[in-house]
Amino acid sequence: MNNFEPLIAVFSCHYCSYAAADLAGTSRIQYPPNIRVIKVPCTGRVSVNHILRALECGADGVYVAGCLEGTCHFMSGNYKAKHRVQYVKDLLSEINVEPERVQVYFMSAAEGSKFANIAREMTETIKELGPSPLKQTQSE
Amino acid sequence: MGNELRTGVFVCHCGINIAGVLDIEDLCEYAGTLPTVVAVKPNLFTCAETGITEIKKAIREHDLNRVVVAACTPRTHEPIFRASCQEAGIDPYFFEMVNIREHCSWVHRQAGEAAQAKARDLIRMAVAKAAFLESLETFRSNVEPRALVLGAGISGLTSALALANEDLEVILLEKEAEMGGLLRDLHKLAPSDVAATELIAEKISAVKAENRIQCFTSATLEEVTGYIGNYSVRFSSGEEVHTQKVGAVIVATGGAPLEPVGLYNYDGKRVITQSELELRLRDGKIDAKSVVMIQCVGARIPERNYCSRICCMVAIKNSLHIKEIVKDAKVFVLFRDIQAYGVENEALFLKAKEAGVRFIRYSLDNLPVVEDGKVKIYHHAMGKEVPLPADLVVLSTPIVPHDDAQGVAQILKVPVNEHNFFLEAHAKLSPLDFATNGIYLCGNAHYPASVREAIGQALGAASRASIVLSHDTIERVGTVATVDTRLCSSCFACVKVCPYQVPQMNEEGKAEIEPMQCQGCGICVAECPAEAIQFRYVSDEQILAACEALCA
Repeated sequence: MNNFEPLIAVFSCHYCSYAAADLAGTSRIQYPPNIRVIKVPCTGRVSVNHILRALECGADGVYVAGCLEGTCHFMSGNYKAKHRVQYVKDLLSEINVEPERVQVYFMSAAEGSKFANIAREMTETIKELGPSPLKQTQSE
Repeated sequence: MGNELRTGVFVCHCGINIAGVLDIEDLCEYAGTLPTVVAVKPNLFTCAETGITEIKKAIREHDLNRVVVAACTPRTHEPIFRASCQEAGIDPYFFEMVNIREHCSWVHRQAGEAAQAKARDLIRMAVAKAAFLESLETFRSNVEPRALVLGAGISGLTSALALANEDLEVILLEKEAEMGGLLRDLHKLAPSDVAATELIAEKISAVKAENRIQCFTSATLEEVTGYIGNYSVRFSSGEEVHTQKVGAVIVATGGAPLEPVGLYNYDGKRVITQSELELRLRDGKIDAKSVVMIQCVGARIPERNYCSRICCMVAIKNSLHIKEIVKDAKVFVLFRDIQAYGVENEALFLKAKEAGVRFIRYSLDNLPVVEDGKVKIYHHAMGKEVPLPADLVVLSTPIVPHDDAQGVAQILKVPVNEHNFFLEAHAKLSPLDFATNGIYLCGNAHYPASVREAIGQALGAASRASIVLSHDTIERVGTVATVDTRLCSSCFACVKVCPYQVPQMNEEGKAEIEPMQCQGCGICVAECPAEAIQFRYVSDEQILAACEALCA
């Protein structure tokens, strides 16, 4: 189990969290290579469907990373993301899949270290949870 | 060429930035195995002239209709590569960028094969997504070469004159019967020592003499509809109602000092505000031998937790003016923190101290007490309460927005903050813009500002507006949402969720999105239960393709 390397999809908004990821890069902050960023203009663009499809297609975890609350470039997109992530968490609970596999995080474009910390935190969480059962179903 | 997808992948070494960690040869080889990929090229620096030339050459040689560059961040380099695609004759939106530098080589330097695997995954996801990229329509609309300026104080007058100087027409609305705003009642401005009334009279006469500016006093804004370049405005001035077309709007509605009702025995006679003191100074009617000023009255408290920024300088300036009129007057300034920012303000603060003005700090748990003829203050250095003689007590109160600010905000559909000051789109990146295109702000309407700052902001806002107004047409690249009305189930979800209130229900009860107004966030697209809203710039197909390519 300790050798398990999770695959984590990240929906990152262009204005804050993608920029934070860039800053982590320019600051050379090292973090686990388990995440795969999918850029969106705003986290409000991410639908329940997108998150579920990422889980179906092999992600052991998914998180949506948007601007800090109150500072969304599109005013309220990150709040929508928060609600939709909660909706997916509830769905997962209903089918006995750990809701911790799906998260929402907020950060500013200046928080490169926060982006890296979250990547670390999420990788650890999913490592402990083990491979996603949804992924197993698909490969069987 | 037909409809066959022909993707070219370009992998950048970025010197040793990427190639020092990742095996570029392996990435190229891998990219070559992906569906639709017909050409793969490594570049030492893809963004350099040689790299760009390679891309253009490959587009022609291999008849490419999709280009994927695996290099650095699209946030800096995407426009360069899009332009290259366009120059080589393919749609600039048939381009996708993979960030294997900031998101891979720089952050996984010790990860070895895991980093390499991640780079392969990212390239695979981008190639999969690229298959669904769409060409985007450019929307155009005419621009009404006219601005609406709300408020004829120093900010509004300055903006209006600046726009008229650019040969643009201006409609200037003032809710009072007279133009001039706060400056009509001030004495001299710091640090220039210019008489406020002279400055404002000069501006007013310049505005009145300017035939490109139409002024309306006693005016009320009633309705604003439309979008950047094409706003339709209805307002009343006295009894008359007017309708006008404008291309841009500048909010310069200002603010006013808080009236300190019930605070420190305020009576407007022996306990007055700084504004009332200014009037007395202007008329030379000061005979007080001992004056106590109290700062932060009604400011920086839980219910009004902001600093009004300018009141410290007003107090410093006025204490010097008192000293000029009554040579032996004692002036005390009771403060919590002094806000004398900038070289000139700091110099004036020093000058006041040299002139004998006493500055005494107080804290929120030991507020000064105003009694008849004296003010009691706990003196930190002496460690005890001391009585200060006071023939006159002057209260420095913060600038607060006008009561009707929220009404104006609702008409314009722009936000205000918790204190009802108008809220800019971004404090650093767009300080004079609202999130809604074509509407700008300046002066006290935004936040307390000195006259110099208000003028600076007013010129800036006019400059922002003139960028729009100096063009005959305005273009909007189609990074916008569109409704397939056949699928629309008239549920109003988009109407409710849009932060810009763009979707509207048309006569047939179907949602409509005006492309010139749409900001391209995609929130409605993800919300629409009928999947009736398309967003060609970042379509569901593209996102799902990337998800489906997460695993090889």
